[in-house]
Amino acid sequence: MKIAITSNGKELNSNVDPRFGRCSYFVIYDTESKSHEFFENPNKNAENGAGPASVQFVADKGVSKIVSGEFGMKIKSLLDSLKIQMIVIKDPVKTIQDIIDMLNK
Amino acid sequence: MSPRRKRMRRMMNPPVVKGFKPYGQQYDLKKSEPVIILFEEYESVKLCDYEMLNHISACEIMGVSRPTFTRIYASARQKIATALAEGRQISIEGGRVAFDKDWYLCQDCKCYFNNPDMDMEIRKCPLCKSENFKFIGQSTVKETSPDTDEELCVCPLCGYSIKHMQGKPCKDNVCPECKVPLKRNNLL
Repeated sequence: MKIAITSNGKELNSNVDPRFGRCSYFVIYDTESKSHEFFENPNKNAENGAGPASVQFVADKGVSKIVSGEFGMKIKSLLDSLKIQMIVIKDPVKTIQDIIDMLNK
Repeated sequence: MSPRRKRMRRMMNPPVVKGFKPYGQQYDLKKSEPVIILFEEYESVKLCDYEMLNHISACEIMGVSRPTFTRIYASARQKIATALAEGRQISIEGGRVAFDKDWYLCQDCKCYFNNPDMDMEIRKCPLCKSENFKFIGQSTVKETSPDTDEELCVCPLCGYSIKHMQGKPCKDNVCPECKVPLKRNNLL
């Protein structure tokens, strides 16, 4: 199962980005192979429509869960129809490594 | 004195279109004002006439009482009939609604998550695998909203309380100890 996490930077000790559509990087973590991969968000500086475009970007990678700080109005209904689970973290000081450790528990 | 704030109406999904336009020779777009249907009115018609639910189950889905739901529904039908009879546009906008799906809160890692696959029951938190989570329903992600004040059905004698459910009058619940009907906490 693949899980997308929004990240501030491209290292494992970067913090989780509280925004979804305009986050800096996406980390795609594979729970089976325990591998992770960083992708730069192509929609970081988009004028509008960053949310739906980002959904498209991560959905193409085949994720089934997304971990982020906040999801916009347009994104929620999109993710519902794609059956992707949203996990909202209200504690933005967590690092990517923390999240991966929690997922592996 | 200002009227009481309207309770947030819960909606499953936004409508697929923003409105409807009539067509035909008689129709002059500039002359006719659109009929504005609120989101909650659209949702009430969808639940009652499209999903064929009765008012009781529909009012629980929307998080309002049964009489309130019937009022929303009656207003929706009146507006749709006006649009049909007068050949006016329908515009779906406004209203006091929350678009949230069902949300859960994990008590251990303090994260919120939803259940996109309604057929499967959630057994543990998807992040920390803890089984210590609770169902919070809608729109509590905005923690400062005044709607999240917890409403309770309280026993006036011993103080026993349960969570108040919209559409289920408090007096229908009886205190298991004192055998008296319960009352709402902010009316005591």
